[in-house]
Amino acid sequence: MTTLSPVRPEGERPMGFADRLLSLPFVQRSDALRSFILGAWLGWQIESNWADPLLFAVYSFARPIASVMILVVMYSVITDGATQQPIFAYIYLGNALYIIVGGVLGGISWAVIDDREHYRTAKQLYTSPLVGYAYLCGRGAARLLIGAISTIIVTVFGVLLFGIPITIGSIDLPFLIASIMLGLTSLSGLGLIIGAISFQLGRNAWQAGELISGALYLFTGALFPLDILPPVLREIGLIFPATYWLEAMRRALLGTNMIGFPTFAALDNTAIAFILLIMSVGLWVSAAFVYRWSMRQAREKGVIDLETNY
Amino acid sequence: MTAFKTTSPPAAKATGATLFWRTMWARAYPRIVGSLIRERSWLFFETVLPLAATVSYVFVYQAVGAPEEYVGFVVLGGAMTAFWLNILWAMASQLYWDKEGGNLEIYVLSPGPLMAILLGMAVGGFVMTVTRAAIILIVCSLAFSVTYTISSVPLLIAIFVLTMIALYGMGMMFAAVFLASGREAWHLANLLQEPIYLASGFYFPVRALGFWVAAASSLIPLTLGMDGMRQLLFAGDATLGFLSVEVEAIILLILSVFFLAAARFMLTKLEEIGRREGRLIERRR
Repeated sequence: MTTLSPVRPEGERPMGFADRLLSLPFVQRSDALRSFILGAWLGWQIESNWADPLLFAVYSFARPIASVMILVVMYSVITDGATQQPIFAYIYLGNALYIIVGGVLGGISWAVIDDREHYRTAKQLYTSPLVGYAYLCGRGAARLLIGAISTIIVTVFGVLLFGIPITIGSIDLPFLIASIMLGLTSLSGLGLIIGAISFQLGRNAWQAGELISGALYLFTGALFPLDILPPVLREIGLIFPATYWLEAMRRALLGTNMIGFPTFAALDNTAIAFILLIMSVGLWVSAAFVYRWSMRQAREKGVIDLETNY
Repeated sequence: MTAFKTTSPPAAKATGATLFWRTMWARAYPRIVGSLIRERSWLFFETVLPLAATVSYVFVYQAVGAPEEYVGFVVLGGAMTAFWLNILWAMASQLYWDKEGGNLEIYVLSPGPLMAILLGMAVGGFVMTVTRAAIILIVCSLAFSVTYTISSVPLLIAIFVLTMIALYGMGMMFAAVFLASGREAWHLANLLQEPIYLASGFYFPVRALGFWVAAASSLIPLTLGMDGMRQLLFAGDATLGFLSVEVEAIILLILSVFFLAAARFMLTKLEEIGRREGRLIERRR
């Protein structure tokens, strides 16, 4: 069986921290781990190192800040700047956290199109002993990291400028850690499913992940309480992990400062964590099946290295 | 020796305006036929999903008890996002993408003018974009019972047409800028997405940002275009407008001329520099 070589040919550029990870004995024994680390390293290089550092920094800060400022202006135009109201913290924090949702959901599908149509490396990737599934997770992890940095910046920005009531006392640390782990796991599962399906789509679906995450704005209560939605749409929202994750994160960060709404009134923190756990398992199992099915379909249709050039 | 038979005589050599026209349609063709007809997944990705994103902003206004006309503002802004995204990702980034994909060298080697190729991209992309915008506008207007009180249809058409000319002219100019920026083109495109939604007032009247910010944002044709269209579509709310519609139309006309001329100049310059430095077919910076 062909495996990924643990030794890099002489003369290649060092990969810094990634090199240290790749040299760990248990990593060297696992093709999946090596594929994941290489995918994450490559994703980070594409996102950051290939750009001018100043441009990368501005882009990482400006886009999320602008996104949240749209809501701040919309809210302020109507309420005459009443940012001390609990609903403002609800909307603001939901939008800040949603940056991560967008990164995770869109990151993997973007990586598929990027490799295939932009850098044209799909042939090389999928004819190598790479573990494709783990590699894509790695590419998604790089986007997740950038999304997490942006979320932290936007949240701090909100606390400092708009008085979002997050304090040391308001944070429920154990629930926050559990929410982050379970939420990210379930969202990654969904991101993998979208990414896997992207193997069969043309370039006009290059924004599939981003568009899906944009659409989920509507159903997940990111920008407004689910109670505002008509009952049918509200029920749709309850099938997505992002809905529960956003509720969990708001509770964990805002504590008693959070405004409550009837939709989640019956669910305590443990119940929400349990739902996220069930969704994580379900989505990861589904993602494994969808990935295998989609890869097979893409190979059969001959679109694994599709270049659309519209 | 076997001679190959051709079913039709070769087309007459095209020059001047005929060459421009043919080149434009040749570039528009894959976008209209390839993307619209052969790859139908766009129907879902380009209509249903953006629709949901627009609706969510409507609910934000409803959550904070905004007056009804703001729903109309969001619907129009949501529809116009289609044009901005088309400019960023299918115009501005396209030449860079074509360079990476190996098409740019074919464009440059062919007798077809680059401006015609860019115009072809615009025409091809415009078809899908108009569909997306129309679906958002129609579905959201019906779903949220948006009432339009059009004060002047000719002026509304004029503002829309001028906005599109200026916007696509800007897209052509950006194509040259992005091509010169290499791998950073993606970051530039990303950078110009949400920040422009904010600065141009896609989801709220731009005058809420204050005079100077709105004035600076007016360099983006959609800022004045949307402001003018909102004033004309919601006739009762002229007080929410930034400038008078007539003034906005004149500025848009000036912007149209400026961006088209700038695009032509920059493309010529970029091609000249690219040829001299041998960077036109270089895949990595």
